[in-house]
Amino acid sequence: MASTSSKVVLDPLVDNNPITLQVLGICSALAVTTTLLNAIIMSLALTAVTACSNGAVSLIRHHTPSAIRIIVQMTIIASLVIVVDQILQAYAYETSKKLSVFVGLIITNCIVLGRAEAFASKNPVGLSVLDGLGNGLGYSVILLIVGAVRELFGSGSLLGMPVLPLTTDGGWYQSNGLLLLPPSAFFIIGFIIWGVRTWKRDQVEPAEHQIHAVHRQEVV
Amino acid sequence: MEAALSLFVRAVFIENLALAFFLGMCTFLAVSKRIETAIGLGAAVIVVMVITVPVNNLLYQYLLQPGALAWLGSPDADMSFLGLISYIGVIAAMVQVLEMVLDRYFPALYHALGIFLPLITVNCAILGASLFMVERDYGFTESVVFGVGGGVGWALAIVALAGIREKLKYSDVPDGLQGLGITFITVGLMSLGFMAFSGIQL
Amino acid sequence: MIGGLLQLPNDDARKIVFVALGLCLVCSLLVSASAVLLRPIQQAEAALDQQRNVVVAAGLGSPDMAAADVAASFAQLQVRVVDFETGWFNDSIDPATYDPRAAARDPSVSSALTRAEDTARIGRQARYATVYLQVSDNGLQRIVLPIHGYGLWSTMYAYLALEGDLNTVAAVAFYEQAETPGLGGEVQNPRWQASWEGKLVFGDEGDVRLRVIKGQVDRSSPQAQWQLDALSGSTLTANGVSNMLSFWLGEEGFGPFLNKLRREGV
Repeated sequence: MASTSSKVVLDPLVDNNPITLQVLGICSALAVTTTLLNAIIMSLALTAVTACSNGAVSLIRHHTPSAIRIIVQMTIIASLVIVVDQILQAYAYETSKKLSVFVGLIITNCIVLGRAEAFASKNPVGLSVLDGLGNGLGYSVILLIVGAVRELFGSGSLLGMPVLPLTTDGGWYQSNGLLLLPPSAFFIIGFIIWGVRTWKRDQVEPAEHQIHAVHRQEVV
Repeated sequence: MEAALSLFVRAVFIENLALAFFLGMCTFLAVSKRIETAIGLGAAVIVVMVITVPVNNLLYQYLLQPGALAWLGSPDADMSFLGLISYIGVIAAMVQVLEMVLDRYFPALYHALGIFLPLITVNCAILGASLFMVERDYGFTESVVFGVGGGVGWALAIVALAGIREKLKYSDVPDGLQGLGITFITVGLMSLGFMAFSGIQL
Repeated sequence: MIGGLLQLPNDDARKIVFVALGLCLVCSLLVSASAVLLRPIQQAEAALDQQRNVVVAAGLGSPDMAAADVAASFAQLQVRVVDFETGWFNDSIDPATYDPRAAARDPSVSSALTRAEDTARIGRQARYATVYLQVSDNGLQRIVLPIHGYGLWSTMYAYLALEGDLNTVAAVAFYEQAETPGLGGEVQNPRWQASWEGKLVFGDEGDVRLRVIKGQVDRSSPQAQWQLDALSGSTLTANGVSNMLSFWLGEEGFGPFLNKLRREGV
C-alpha cells in the first residue's frame, strides 16, 4: 500500500506529468506564469482544488449515476473553486486581483476534471486524494519552472526581487520582452518536453502520429 | 450593424481566444492531429459557444448582477459570486445535450471526438468567453455576436493548426520533440503571427 | 428513506434526482457559507486597497505601509463628489456610498459617449466622480482625481494627483490594468510613475498638453515639461494613457471643474 501511494503521488511529477505527457491544464500554465509569485499562488490553488475534488468525487463514486456524472463533477469542482476564490479575495486581495479570471478558470482546468473522471471515479478516497495531490504537484513543477524562467529573464527579478539589474533601472541586463509575451510559454514548455523526453526515452512518441500517449494510457 | 461587424472581426482575429488569450489549449493541442476531427470539434465549439454565451448573458443580467433581483423585491442582493457555478452549469448541461444528440445522429463524429467531448465542458475558451462577456458588459445582441465570433476564431485556429500538423508528419523532428513538443513550438509561432493583429482598431 | 434511495440502482430516475438535489444542497451550503462569512473581510480589504491607492497617489505614503497608517493618512483627505454637468462639487451625494463603476452602468446617472467624444474608449461616463482633496490653512495643497481609459487589452484605472496650482502633476498611481505584462503593464512600474512628478498638464491656452511621446524625453527641450517617456514596445498602451489624460482633464472630464476651482478656490 505504501508503495502504491507514493507511486500515485510521485508518478505525475515526471513520469506521467499532467502537462508534458497527459496534455492537460495548459491554458493557465501559459497565462499566469509571467511572474513566479502568480505561479506559486496558482499552483497552491490548483493543488488544493484537485486534491479536494478528487476526494469528494471518489467519496460519492458508488452513488453517481453515469448519466449525470460530468455535471456532478463540475458542480463539485465549481463549488470548490468559488470557495478558493472567496478565500483569496479575503486573505490575498492583491494577488487575487492579478489572478482574477484565472482562478475562475481553474474550473475549466482539464487536470481537475480529467483526474476526477479518469482516476477518482474508480478508486478509493485516500488514493484519489493522493492522486490529486500528485497531479497538482506535477502541474506546479512545470508552472514554477516556467514562471521562474519568464520572470528571471523577462523582468530580471525573482518574486519581485531584482536579480539581474535592468538597463531601465541603470543596470546591465536588457530584459527579454518576448519572455513576457504568451508565445514564450509555449516555447519554454516545448523545450521542457524535449528535455524530459531526452531523459526518459520511453515517453518519446512514435513518429507515425497514430496513437498518442494520452490515448494509450487513458483509454486502454 | 457596423459595431456588430467590428466586434465579430475583433473576436475572430484580434482577440482570438486560442491564440491571443490561450484559452482552450488542452483540447486545442490534443485534437488537432487531423483536419476532419479538428473541423468537427471546431463546429461543436461554435455551437456550444453560440448557445452558452447569450444564455449566460441573460442569466447575468436578470439574476446575478448586483441589483438584478429588484423584480423579486430585493434590489440590494448581489449574487455575482454565484456567477462561475451558474455559467459552468449552463455549459455542462449544453455539452451533455450535445453529446446525446451526436451519439444519436452523428455516431462517427461522436466516436472521433472520443473522451474530448466531455472535455469541451472544461474547454476554457467557452467559460472564458462567458467571463469576458460579463467583464466587458456586453448586451444581449453583442453577446450573440461575440459568441459566434469567439467560436469561429477558435475553430479557425484549431483547423489551421491541424493543417500544419498534417504536413508536419512528413518532416524529420528530433525524437524528444516528436508529437507534443513540436506542437507546442508550432503553436508558439502561430500565436506570434497572430500578435500581428493586436491593436488593429476598427 | 435516504438509505432506501441510496440502495436503488444508479440508473434509476428517482436516484438520479435524489443525488442531483443532495449535491446541489451540499454545494450551495458550502458556497453561500464561504461567500457570506468572508464578505466582510473582502469588503474591508477592498476598501483598504482603494484607500491605499489614493493615499499613495496623494504622496502621503508608500504602497507597503501598514493598514492602520493607511487609514490615518486617508483621514487627512477630504472626500467630495464632483458633478460633471455643473462642473462643481455636489455635496448632496455621499461619497461613502457612491460607487462610480456601478454608476457608469446605470443609465439614470450616466450617459453614453459618442464615438467622437469617447477618446478614452470608456463607453459610458458616470455623471459624478469622487475626488480627494488635501486642504491646509493656505488653501488647497493637492487634489487626487480618478481617471480611466482603454489601453491595448484592458481598461486602465489610475489616480492622478495635482499640486495646488491644478497644473503640476504631484504623482500618478495606476492601480488596475491588464496590459501586456512587461510592456504595457509597465504603466505600474514605480520608476515610470515617478517620472510624472513635476510635469505640467495644461499648455498656455488651457489645452491638455501632457502626453506620452515616442522614445525618451529630451530633458533640454522646452517641451519636456509636457512630455512623458514612452514605454518601450507598447505604443498602444501609451496612446491609451495620452487619450485618457486628454479626456479626463478636458471638456468632458474635469476641465471645467478645475478651471472653476482655480478661479474660486475650495
